[in-house]
Amino acid sequence: MNTQFVIDASERPESKIQVETRAVSVYYRGNKLAVSDVNVGFPKNTVTALIGPSGAGKSTLLRALNRVHELADGTSVEGEVLLDGVNIYSRDADAVLVRQRIGMVFQQATPFPTMSILDNVTAGLRLRGALRNGLKPMEIAEKALRQAALWEEVKDVLHRNGTSLSGGQQQRLCIARALAVEPEVLLLDEATSALDPISTLQIEELIRQLVDDYTIIAVTHNMQQAARVSDFTAFLLGDERGVGHLIEVAPTNEIFTKPTDKRTEDYITGRFG
Amino acid sequence: MMTNLQLTTDRSAARADRIFLASLWTAVGIFAATMLGVFAQLVHSSWQSIVTFGFRFLVTSTWNPVTGQFGALPMIYGTVVSSFIAILFASVIGIASATYLAEFAPRRIAQPLASLVELLAAVPSVVYGLWGLFVVVPIFRTYIDPVLQARLGFLPIFSGPIYGVGLLTAGVVLGIMILPTVSAISRDVIAAVGREQREAGMALGSTKWETTWRIVLPAARAGIFGACVLALGRAIGETIATTMIIGNKATIAASLFSPSYTLSSVIANEFTEATSDVYISALIELGLLLFFLSFIVNGFARLLVNSVFSKSEGR
Amino acid sequence: MSAPNLREPSKHKAVRYAWSAVGVGFTLLCIILAAGALLAILGYVAAQGISSVNWAFVTELPRPVGITGGGVANGIVGSLIIVGIATLIAIPIGVLTGVYLALFGRGIFAETLRLLSDVLAGLPSIAIGLFAYTLFVAPFKQFSAFSASIAFAIIMLPLIIRTSEEAIRSVPRTVREAGFALGLSRYATTMKIVVPAARGAILTAILLGIARVTGETAPLLFTAFGSQFWELNPLHPMAELSLQVFTYAISPYDDWHRQAWAGALLLTVAVFIINLMARFALSLGKR
Repeated sequence: MNTQFVIDASERPESKIQVETRAVSVYYRGNKLAVSDVNVGFPKNTVTALIGPSGAGKSTLLRALNRVHELADGTSVEGEVLLDGVNIYSRDADAVLVRQRIGMVFQQATPFPTMSILDNVTAGLRLRGALRNGLKPMEIAEKALRQAALWEEVKDVLHRNGTSLSGGQQQRLCIARALAVEPEVLLLDEATSALDPISTLQIEELIRQLVDDYTIIAVTHNMQQAARVSDFTAFLLGDERGVGHLIEVAPTNEIFTKPTDKRTEDYITGRFG
Repeated sequence: MMTNLQLTTDRSAARADRIFLASLWTAVGIFAATMLGVFAQLVHSSWQSIVTFGFRFLVTSTWNPVTGQFGALPMIYGTVVSSFIAILFASVIGIASATYLAEFAPRRIAQPLASLVELLAAVPSVVYGLWGLFVVVPIFRTYIDPVLQARLGFLPIFSGPIYGVGLLTAGVVLGIMILPTVSAISRDVIAAVGREQREAGMALGSTKWETTWRIVLPAARAGIFGACVLALGRAIGETIATTMIIGNKATIAASLFSPSYTLSSVIANEFTEATSDVYISALIELGLLLFFLSFIVNGFARLLVNSVFSKSEGR
Repeated sequence: MSAPNLREPSKHKAVRYAWSAVGVGFTLLCIILAAGALLAILGYVAAQGISSVNWAFVTELPRPVGITGGGVANGIVGSLIIVGIATLIAIPIGVLTGVYLALFGRGIFAETLRLLSDVLAGLPSIAIGLFAYTLFVAPFKQFSAFSASIAFAIIMLPLIIRTSEEAIRSVPRTVREAGFALGLSRYATTMKIVVPAARGAILTAILLGIARVTGETAPLLFTAFGSQFWELNPLHPMAELSLQVFTYAISPYDDWHRQAWAGALLLTVAVFIINLMARFALSLGKR
């Protein structure tokens, strides 16, 4: 089921494709196919939402974009994922470096339990020894926390343990932590699903601000959120064997008003899922 | 921040990962080597004794350093009997204590009481030996043994001269030492019995005791048995307290008042005085025997306890 | 209205209740016996030893046989050195093996390691002492504190390995994932994020291991061997507190018996304090 690349929309004249998947399939436990033959491009400095019912493979696909699935045994990826034209799965690509350039925030906000807020934010740099070259932790932390719209709330309590914050604050802390590493792409895996409505809206606002500096790909099961937040939307669906396919991808306002594929229309109008 | 597309820089992190994995393998290697090494070294050092005495070693009852005749039978006998007495004692009191703690104790005192019993396990064995030697031995010699002999002296096990030190006293002190093992594990196992079973019992109109005796304890049978076997393993290996209380005499007598020897206490008592090579080798062969015995007993115990817990936790 | 009489005859019920009371009473008796035994031991040791524990006892060397007085200072120092070296050996090997099992823990090799660990846990300490003797004492024809530390380290290993593995396993997968997602290496994520998150349980296991070997005497008989003098060199025979208690206790001298009680009191208090610290460490980790 081949799909078109994202149309180089005239809305954004300079939309160079930053991340591109070519015939990407993901297998669990060796040979169980989870997602099949995805071809999609994500333009620079845009937000793309991945929507679809549970089990469609959205998170699976997302995790293949920064190789974080390699933590779990037996998961493998076929095809290519290009970051600015370079295949991150090529034989001599280093997964660790890939993840420094493509960051991720998870559904469950997990501040590192033994660290203060400050140490949490700087963890990505500090723990790989990158702070030795005269970079100042406080400056890095402030910049990242401001980007994550959390600075004002925590600037006086940076020494406190990361888990002492509220749910929405913890998630913004995780976002700050991801941003401190200065990636180019940010992957959000249902980042607001576990939060209350107010925190959710705060983070949606954040996403719209961050898009000027980052390319964002966000999995969400909430269509209204996708409509509010994203420039492009990709719809995934699982077939009768449980294998996920990319059905349609288009600028957000188009996909929600005149979707091309009937299955997309069914999902959006709530006929199932 | 990388603006170029390099994804393949040789980085210090890759090196760190290599060193990390290497150190993991080193640690694992040292551990495995040590474990196998203990066994291999014991076999190697007891080889002289093994070839000199062969299989007879296990059935000879002479232990004579002077004539160079070494047989393990008295020590096997002493180990078996003292451990048997210990487990008899510890299992009854330990299971009963565990039952009280798990089923009948008011919630507020259950944990402090349990902690108290578990503290018994923390007492160093030399302290048990000291207390056993100066408190328990005189009590047995003066009060308990004579009474037993007076009432039950027609039984061979209660006949013979009374010294205070000996199989019975050692068995009892060993029993106190392994009591916390039986109690702690049994308590966990009993508490793990599903609530539905208790409720079913009570719903039938049984008293708490009847439910416990007829339903809960039988359900916990395997784990309790495992606890006892584990405790038995501890008793078999106990050295210091035993050597202070058992009398250190290589004889096989029917009487429980008789002094005796265990596999571990003979090593403790005689190793530093062993003069000839074959003497040392014989003692190490006893150590090897101890190794096998505890391996079998502990292996069996772990199987029992693990099977109970993996079932109830649905692992 | 005559309903069938379903009620139990009261005599029968009374018998049942009586037996039940006996049953519960028996279990109560047993727990009292068990707790009583502990209190009896502790009480006796305290009563016999307390009068002899004084500054001199803790700071002086043993006196020659027949002369009263003296102390166990060299034994206290010796215990600290022997247990200290043992801990330094056991922690890296134990924790790293635990890390290995937590990260790569599937398959025959890992299962074999766990089996070995369980077997080692039940091995009598005197057999471990024999091993240390044949490998570290006999070839050099020299008793040494170091050989005792080796024996103690082997005794401590299974507990540290098992606890480390479980503790690291129980750190939520999301924490590990978050570390990786920042572009951190396996090494940094495991050793700087996950293992510290498990430190409460690991510390507890280490402390429990220390408590256990502090109370061990059997392997010392032919490894450290004991000494009458000050000794700080681990390659020489060294005094150790529990060994001194043993030697004094089995001697025929009353004054040494007195000192045995005092030493036993010190030893027991030390072990109890370390146990308490271990429980405290466990609650630390739950923060």
